[in-house]
Amino acid sequence: MPHLNTVDKLAILADAAKYDASCASSGAQKRNSVGTGGIGSTEGMGICHSYAPDGRCISLLKVLLTNYCQYDCLYCVNRVSSNVQRARFGAAELAQLTMDFYKRNYIEGLFLSSGIIRSPDYTMEQMVSVARLLRETHEFNGYIHLKTIPDAAPELLEAAGRYADRLSINVELPSRKSLGKLAPEKDASRIRSAMAAVRTKIDEKKEKSRHPNPRAIKATGQSTQMIVGADKSDDRKILTTSASLYAGYKLRRVYYSAFSPTPHPSSHLPPQPPPLQREHRLYQADWLLRFYKFELDEIVSGGHNGMLDLDIDPKLAWALKNRERFPVDVNKATRSELLRVPGLGTRSVGAIVKARRLGALRLADIARLTTSVVKIRPFIVARDWVPTHSLESASLRAQVAPVPVQRDFFG
Amino acid sequence: MTAPVSVTLENVASYSEWRTAARRLLAAGVAPERVGFRLASTSADLFGSGPADVAAGTSNKGQVIRVPKEFPALARDVLCHNDDSRFALLYRLLWRVKDVPQLLDNRADVDVYAARRLAKSVRRDSHKMKAFVRFRRVESDAGEAFVAWFEPEHHIVERTAPFFSRRFSGMRWSIVTPARSAHWDGHALTYGDGANRRDCPDGDALENYWRVYYSSIFNPARLKLNAMRSEMPVKYWRNLPESRLIPELSRSAQRAQRAAPAGAAPCLVTAQKLVAEQPGMVTQTMAEPKTLPDLTTSLQQCARCELCETATAAVPGEGAADARLMLVGEQPGDEEDLVGRPFVGPAGKVLLEALQEAGIERESVYLTNAVKHFKFKPRGKRRIHQRPNATEIETCRWWLDFERDIVAPRVTLALGATAARATLGHPVKVMDVRGQAFTSDTGDVVLVTVHPSYLLRLPDRAAAHEQRLQFIDDLRRAEALATSVPA
Repeated sequence: MPHLNTVDKLAILADAAKYDASCASSGAQKRNSVGTGGIGSTEGMGICHSYAPDGRCISLLKVLLTNYCQYDCLYCVNRVSSNVQRARFGAAELAQLTMDFYKRNYIEGLFLSSGIIRSPDYTMEQMVSVARLLRETHEFNGYIHLKTIPDAAPELLEAAGRYADRLSINVELPSRKSLGKLAPEKDASRIRSAMAAVRTKIDEKKEKSRHPNPRAIKATGQSTQMIVGADKSDDRKILTTSASLYAGYKLRRVYYSAFSPTPHPSSHLPPQPPPLQREHRLYQADWLLRFYKFELDEIVSGGHNGMLDLDIDPKLAWALKNRERFPVDVNKATRSELLRVPGLGTRSVGAIVKARRLGALRLADIARLTTSVVKIRPFIVARDWVPTHSLESASLRAQVAPVPVQRDFFG
Repeated sequence: MTAPVSVTLENVASYSEWRTAARRLLAAGVAPERVGFRLASTSADLFGSGPADVAAGTSNKGQVIRVPKEFPALARDVLCHNDDSRFALLYRLLWRVKDVPQLLDNRADVDVYAARRLAKSVRRDSHKMKAFVRFRRVESDAGEAFVAWFEPEHHIVERTAPFFSRRFSGMRWSIVTPARSAHWDGHALTYGDGANRRDCPDGDALENYWRVYYSSIFNPARLKLNAMRSEMPVKYWRNLPESRLIPELSRSAQRAQRAAPAGAAPCLVTAQKLVAEQPGMVTQTMAEPKTLPDLTTSLQQCARCELCETATAAVPGEGAADARLMLVGEQPGDEEDLVGRPFVGPAGKVLLEALQEAGIERESVYLTNAVKHFKFKPRGKRRIHQRPNATEIETCRWWLDFERDIVAPRVTLALGATAARATLGHPVKVMDVRGQAFTSDTGDVVLVTVHPSYLLRLPDRAAAHEQRLQFIDDLRRAEALATSVPA
């Protein structure tokens, strides 16, 4: 292998990590480096230090420790049978690079993942040693997210939890069977058991927090990622899996990553990616499930055959199929009725409920409390507003659906 | 009392200075329409010309003005805005809020709306400063230090600098902006005048690494330039070392997309063939387990029904491989599912206590469930237990039968209806058959009692106590039978 310097490795190992959707740096325990002489802080809210032209936030140095891998997961660019250039960071080298970036305020911290080399335990040990170097040698108080390896020993998982703010384990695919076919070395039960173990550790930590234990884990949450469009699971199946993961393992987030055909793809995979919009609609549906008290069946009923409508958001799709529930009177409706109005988010609903105590709201008031009153108008009644005909009209969808935009060409 | 009043402020964004002025105005009963604020640094009057100055001679001692708790924080944010109307807007708000304390809750109100918009814009600028400041390293006699040039939109240096001292306390740094600068020497935060971009270092060797990272983490299969611009407004670009890459990265991604457009209809034929999914039951061929460890291993691969799709993992039985008494429960619950062991949840505790009272050692019996995966309905962050249906019980009997073959207990005690159905092979009413001894096909004696969770659900304490004693009796009876029945 030719000798690679740090910047070459960075190019290879960041490229290899870009299919991981998560870049969140929020939700860590609040801490800073005042009086410690160290570097770093986490203040609850994550910070996106840059944005790439793909619209995604760059908050963390997201890299693989190595993209050598003995597994052969067909959807993965780093699988053993893939013909990509390989590299491997030394633990000290990566810790130093993280510090160099952090001190220039490029990042909130490190998101480290890895291909499996030698054994799951060996790989996990290497990842933990980077985190340990950062925390102990560099006195780093910033954010660390470790993508843990489900087959590694429980003690290593626990060690990872002591240094990292967030642990994640990818479920990879929505169904157990697809995982068996596309990722032969991975096992859904082992992945979920590892998530269950992390949840149990986080619960224990919450119970013990009155008597802090230096060996207690630092991690306050876990998340996971599901690849969308590499198997034929429909949106209903994906959301069913998400709902059971949220319920079982106290996940902060399930990330949906639209399958990107990788260089040198396996012939067993679809040659085309799913429409990017599908990923977006899944996130919206995920939000409706968690924060808007929608039932899964209601959300899926807005689309067709278990798939969400790609052209309009899932709440609007549901509303258009349940027109008898509208219009809703903004001055009288309950909070949960308001949450079902297309275009009204949780914040706007909160603001409406507070504001209407001081007097009946007019349409102009609603315009100041929301982002787009034009979208909301057909679904509400205000003091000086009643929608006319529009709810029965067949063209309602056309009125409220977004106008297709031409592709944005740069410069 | 209708003459215009002019107030001159020294500082662009000082809450205490504005508050003092506002108190005086309020004490003098000056209505907002009459007041004009001006900054000492600007020559032009922000209101008009030639008004009298109210600051001199008006005392506000003893005057108590009550404002909602939220007002000072809102005012501090608004004052950092660069809009000249901010002082007057806040005074108008103060004037109104003293009579209507809930006013701030009405975000639809024109003044509240305007103030909150200014505050939001300031908070956003401050947040973007935390995000987009880029330090450059400089070497001096005192060691390394870091300097950043930044151009905020509002007066936010003092508001935001403490964040950097909490974060970079072990570094010496300066952030320089056109109007103000902030300095941290490792111990104290100090402020000074603004300066020029020319006064700041113009590069850092690490910026090339950062650009390499930026272009490598970008996924050219997707291009969302508007999303990028709305979160990273173009006005900040000139001080970001990575921004010069954006045009070329975007153009090359567009070229690639034109060659093979993304977002076309997905073609899933090959994957569909590969992952042929049949609805409902899945047939699976598996080697027949001969020992308990074998059984535990192959149980983990079980996909004989759909329950494996949402449960964590199958929960195997545990206990003595040659037990004379086998206890069969319904299915693992929430805790059993997380831990991977049977009877560790609330109902399990009831069972273990009852076993102890019946004088039965836990290690001497074999504990298992009729169904090996947890069946539940997700509700938010909780999993609500669901009863397994007849098909699931029947499908999972495959495993239970192997356990009964391998352990070969003399007595099997079924706890609850599900276990009774699985061990007897047909549905029964628990209360009708409780106490009855069945002889099964496999030769062991089957007894039926209630599931321990039933004892937890009884609302009447006396009844619960009664049932518990009866449950312990059932355990004793099963144990006695297991020791008396010849092998």
